[in-house]
Amino acid sequence: MSAAAPRFPTPLILSAPAALLFAALILTPLVLTALLSFNEFEHATGRTHGFTLDHYLAVLTDSYYLEIFLRTFRVAALATAICVVIGVPEAYILSRMGNPWRSVFLLVVLAPLLVSVVVRAFGWSMLLGPEGPINAALMALGFGRMRLLYSEGTVIVALVHVMLPFMVIPVWTSLQKLDPAVEQAALSFGASRGTAILRVVAPQILPGILSGSLIVFGLSASAFAIPGLLGGRRLKMVATIVYDQYLSDLNWPMGAAVAVLLLAANLIVMLTYHRVVEGHYRRRLG
Amino acid sequence: MSFLELRDITKRYGTLNAVSDVTLSVEKGEFVSLLGPSGCGKTTTLQMIAGFVEATSGSIRLDGRDITHAKANSRGLGIVFQSYALFPHMTVFDNVSFGLEMQRVPKAERKDRVDEALGLVHLSPYAGRYPRELSGGQRQRVALARAIVIRPPVLLLDEPLSNLDAKLREAMQFELRDIQRKVGTTTVMVTHDQAEAFSISDRVVVMEAGRITQIDQPYRIYEHPETEFISRFVGKTNLLPGTVQAINGLAASVSLAGIPVEIDAGGLVSGETVTLCVRPEKLRLIAAGQGRLPGRVAERYFLGSQWLYHIDGPLGTLMAVTPNDGSAPLETGVPVGVDWNPSVVRVHRGRLAEAPDPTLEAQ
Amino acid sequence: MTRNGPLALIFHTLVVLFMLAPLVIVCLVAFTPENTLSLPTRGFSLRWFQAVFHHPDFVQSFWNSLWLALLSATLAVALAVPAALAITRWEFRGRGFLNTLFLSPLIIPHLVLGVAMLRLFALVGATGSFGWLVAAHIVIVTPYVMRLLIAAITGFDRSVEQAAYSLGASEATVFRRITLPMILPGVTGGWLIAFINSFDELTMSIFITSPSTVTLPVRMYMYATESIDPMMAAVSAIIVGITAVAVLLLDRVYGLDRILVGQH
Ligand SMILES: Nc1ncnc2c1ncn2[C@@H]1O[C@H](COP(=O)(O)OP(=O)(O)OP(=O)(O)O)[C@@H](O)[C@H]1O
Ligand SMILES: [Mg+2]
Repeated sequence: MSAAAPRFPTPLILSAPAALLFAALILTPLVLTALLSFNEFEHATGRTHGFTLDHYLAVLTDSYYLEIFLRTFRVAALATAICVVIGVPEAYILSRMGNPWRSVFLLVVLAPLLVSVVVRAFGWSMLLGPEGPINAALMALGFGRMRLLYSEGTVIVALVHVMLPFMVIPVWTSLQKLDPAVEQAALSFGASRGTAILRVVAPQILPGILSGSLIVFGLSASAFAIPGLLGGRRLKMVATIVYDQYLSDLNWPMGAAVAVLLLAANLIVMLTYHRVVEGHYRRRLG
Repeated sequence: MSFLELRDITKRYGTLNAVSDVTLSVEKGEFVSLLGPSGCGKTTTLQMIAGFVEATSGSIRLDGRDITHAKANSRGLGIVFQSYALFPHMTVFDNVSFGLEMQRVPKAERKDRVDEALGLVHLSPYAGRYPRELSGGQRQRVALARAIVIRPPVLLLDEPLSNLDAKLREAMQFELRDIQRKVGTTTVMVTHDQAEAFSISDRVVVMEAGRITQIDQPYRIYEHPETEFISRFVGKTNLLPGTVQAINGLAASVSLAGIPVEIDAGGLVSGETVTLCVRPEKLRLIAAGQGRLPGRVAERYFLGSQWLYHIDGPLGTLMAVTPNDGSAPLETGVPVGVDWNPSVVRVHRGRLAEAPDPTLEAQ
Repeated sequence: MTRNGPLALIFHTLVVLFMLAPLVIVCLVAFTPENTLSLPTRGFSLRWFQAVFHHPDFVQSFWNSLWLALLSATLAVALAVPAALAITRWEFRGRGFLNTLFLSPLIIPHLVLGVAMLRLFALVGATGSFGWLVAAHIVIVTPYVMRLLIAAITGFDRSVEQAAYSLGASEATVFRRITLPMILPGVTGGWLIAFINSFDELTMSIFITSPSTVTLPVRMYMYATESIDPMMAAVSAIIVGITAVAVLLLDRVYGLDRILVGQH
């Protein structure tokens, strides 16, 4: 900055307020929750004390929890796959549009991200409800009324709606970095459009697709509002049982154990991605 | 004592000596350029004078006052940055008036002085504009006005013209010199463009790898480069390897690939290897069979005011430049004689490798 | 620019319909005169909007959310500006750790943050306190502000500040007159995106709000799990409206694509 080298640690002073807040409200609560997950829980009194691994054992062996984890995993994986199938071509199509359409539609596709997820879940419950337009159309076509709400399918559709922007954004970003001349060069060598996309475009946007998939999978696996509002009482997912454990059963240690497992799974996936995939592509694509 | 004095200034970054033992005296009102290839430490030297980089050792004195460790905002120097560094959210007027505001100059006087400075750089009609609404040359002049309006004891310019296109750059060179003459401010300019350094400086400081290798008036640097590096960095040069055959009093006879050539003896000994340096514009192309060396036109390039010829001969390819006086140029393939005046030859003792043209590396 | 083929355009149209459908239906149903969730086929009515304004819980939650979002966005900016300057301008031990810490709420599920903070608040006896709720929201919106600020400060020509120093400005003056105005678009954009995210937040807030501090999304969630009537649609339409205004503002001051896409 100026000739005098910064005296005692200016940067530490500058970042201290934020660092203290984050230490108090991120690190401390996470540690406390991890500790809590090892406490015993007395159903009769609701007291927590001592040390036990029971909650983790229960989660990892009890078929009730296993089924919920499996369902969460399945729903998140399907939502991710559908987001790839829809989001990647959509990002490609957007990138090939001319302005002003490109900006307009980018806004249309991305802005729902900023509308509260409760509103969007509510919108889907109306669209798919017994009196909703989808059922009305099905009736008109002679299929009869269908029970669409409170099924895995509904949860997946709504999750795709919520997550699609998270897929479009990174793919769009890597498409922006792509030199359009490269695709043209491939075409000029006589490659067909399909070959050009597969052999030239796809490898370059693969990191974008992977990072998008990761975000979508992570957010879907921990999604709360969508399964809570569209899954009904019986279609439980990880986030909703944590909620139940905390606010209905008041078995906090059990809820904490599930939350810790969810966080651990999330971090492992993210860190593995960083180590393996990013390193690999950084080297190849610079 | 000089106005601005750097004594044994060194700047180390880790193990790298970005600047080593730089000693330089600048007189009041003088225009001095720091010239050298990329990475030789010009900017670092300037930033130490400005106070943005602290010298590892050495001292800087300004008008008798030691400013080595003074803060940048207490030195009161005027600086023009390569990127101009205009305040993008302020009008031209506010940009120029900022320094006066910091000096708490009263408002009325501030306006007069800003108007005067803008007049000096021919920007009076643009006072209300924002930097993004100006052309590159206009921005450059705002940066200059902003620096001189505070009447700094020393003006520091870091490659002030390098972002301009060739034509504007040339025009600005003269304007810069003109303005500097008018306000009489002592000026230190960094550049890696030798034409720029030569055309507007009183003295040129040539730097190489963090060290100063020569300080002199522009024409002396060109005509009497003190090191092989300078003779290659500054302008173009033909390097002719030879061996001293005999010393006859004040003259020495040098054999260039078997062809004898007379030069000044100046301390040479018989049998010594030497390299003769001759600038292309000092070579004369005359009728074949005459002159000191035979040759043949291999290529010719039209440079507008001059012709550049590549002449193949017994010493390899030589460059020769002749003024374009309107007459027909030599055709390629034509045999010619190459001649020069003995006084234009610079002698280096030892052999110089044909290194790649350092002026190209410098770009 | 190469044009998209007809198949691509059909695909694109379907995607756009898919993205807009739930928002459009919410806004339409909000105007229904009926007592059930149905499209306003027999004319438009504002009765459900009136119902919202006469429902004290929703009104209170709206003000809670608004204050919460205003406070947490403002404080997040106040914390993030110096922290972002430190991280981008200095090399120091712990810099990488701080950077990761400040961005960590982006990869920690809000659900986990919610239960973790619930535990902390219970231990320190702060359950249901509005102040702690604000603090929690600051934590989750700060990363958005940080990302914009880091981008703004990194893309900043330092020599502009050096020019101001050389003209005699003090460090404080340089910050106030030069640095801050130049990163202002990043600051405003960060504030707006923080505001929107705080205003919308459900998953963490549901764990740490008390009856008196319930935010609008939490109120809506609880209302929707119990009864469904067109008032929910009216509240949703209001939220869509507010978000639309914020999005347009955001687009004006910073460029929405730059915020959403720029630094990913
Ligand atoms: N902050 C720094 N940290 C480490 N090394 C540096 C730093 N600043 C400059 N250097 C090194 O010091 C040397 C001199 O740099 P300087 O910027 O003074 O060169 P220059 O002569 O101005 O070159 P150019 O013509 O390219 O601007 C270079 O080798 C550079 O890499
Ligand atoms: Mg430089």
